[in-house]
Amino acid sequence: MSVVGQQPPPFFNRGPAPLARLAFFIAVSLLMLVLDLRFHTLEWARQGVALVVYPLQRIAYAPVEAIQHGSGYFTTLITLKNENELLRQRQLGTANQLLRQEHLELENQRLRALLDMKLRQPATGQMAEILYAARDRFARRVIIDKGNQQAISPGQVVVDEQGVIGQVTRTFPLLSEVTLITDKDQAVPVQIVRNGLRSVLFGAGAGNLELRFLAANADVQAGDTLVTSGLDGVYLPGLPVAKVTRVDRDTAYAFARILCEPIAGVERYGQVLVLGRHEVLPPAPPDPETNDRPDKGRKGKRRDPL
Amino acid sequence: MIQPTHYSNRILRPVRDWFVWLTLLLAIFLSMIPVGHLPGYPEWVALTLTFWCIREPFKVGMGAALLIGIVMDVSSASVMGQHSLAYVLLAFTANGLSRRILQFPLPQQALQILPLLLSTQLIMLATRMSVGSEFPGLTYFLESFTSALLWYPLTYLLLLPQYQPHEKDENRPI
Repeated sequence: MSVVGQQPPPFFNRGPAPLARLAFFIAVSLLMLVLDLRFHTLEWARQGVALVVYPLQRIAYAPVEAIQHGSGYFTTLITLKNENELLRQRQLGTANQLLRQEHLELENQRLRALLDMKLRQPATGQMAEILYAARDRFARRVIIDKGNQQAISPGQVVVDEQGVIGQVTRTFPLLSEVTLITDKDQAVPVQIVRNGLRSVLFGAGAGNLELRFLAANADVQAGDTLVTSGLDGVYLPGLPVAKVTRVDRDTAYAFARILCEPIAGVERYGQVLVLGRHEVLPPAPPDPETNDRPDKGRKGKRRDPL
Repeated sequence: MIQPTHYSNRILRPVRDWFVWLTLLLAIFLSMIPVGHLPGYPEWVALTLTFWCIREPFKVGMGAALLIGIVMDVSSASVMGQHSLAYVLLAFTANGLSRRILQFPLPQQALQILPLLLSTQLIMLATRMSVGSEFPGLTYFLESFTSALLWYPLTYLLLLPQYQPHEKDENRPI
């Protein structure tokens, strides 16, 4: 029922008040934040938007690609000669190991069969190239040029010629996102080569790594090499990860502060190898204490009223 | 009473919708150029969004900010909702301040844009730090300063189509 004078003219009608709209949009944003951070249920939306945005991203990458290729084209003959020489030397240096690798692997297989141990899994790999660092300033991630279409899946380990650089955390049809081991949220199960001590390596910011939760008197020295322990079933065992640079033992704290630096060129660009998926591990054995738990619960409840 | 101003504003032609969206798309495109963590790379999207929120508060507002924020969240591989939250707040403030800011000459406008952009970055920083991400260093805030410096040239660039006269006439001033 609209009578003239009852309602404002339509040109003043601007929908809900700005504050109401602000509250609504903030609520939507916060909901997205919580859904993505806590429940990880927004991947479908991300995949959809990424698909639409991909052509734009590809075009945006073109000038950078052109510069990279252009500078590669103009490298001098001398640089190439030197590099060639270096590569040949390195090849000769490793030839001994490479030639005996097959023999050693066969021997290892036979010995493991003799000892009735589980066979080591052969590692397969896929070459990929790091395109660029993701623009997110709060994390250390890079984008590589292989994705779902090339059968890359989240969880795969990425290495370069020297060691582990990270893990695939998200895949898109033609690109994947690799979280570097120096990221604060990335953890790598490692062991020290010298004495086999196992621990977990975390990113510590500023391109460094940190061994946390090792007792102050743990047998760790500066210069120790850390390799993956393979306990998680994600990383193959024995991949070089980091070198211990400094060990601070302060008796005021229960844990030693152990700083490490990555062995691989983690913050560099170039060719990387995405290692194939590990075989799925058998399910963890049932917790032997599960039968006791209800008892404990009852005891606790009985205690409470007293 | 009309306040006397010392600056003559040119009479502009109305903005075209497609131009607004094209420039926003272009800003998203510029932000996608993989410069890595180059310090001080301008925040094209926040800047262009602020510009249109101030110039055209009826056309560009919080809804557009939310949409653009989602696209930015995906393209920069950050957490969903991080950019959208910051941009919605930016659009709200810019819409509210639009009448005020347009009274000033361009250099002073840039000075008032700077805190808006800085607070946008602060919101993003707070969002990520609260879930335990790494502090990116103080150079992170350099982006706002370079963006504010771009306010002056950007205004001329984005208003260029509105300066064009409808029909060319030598004797007419606009």
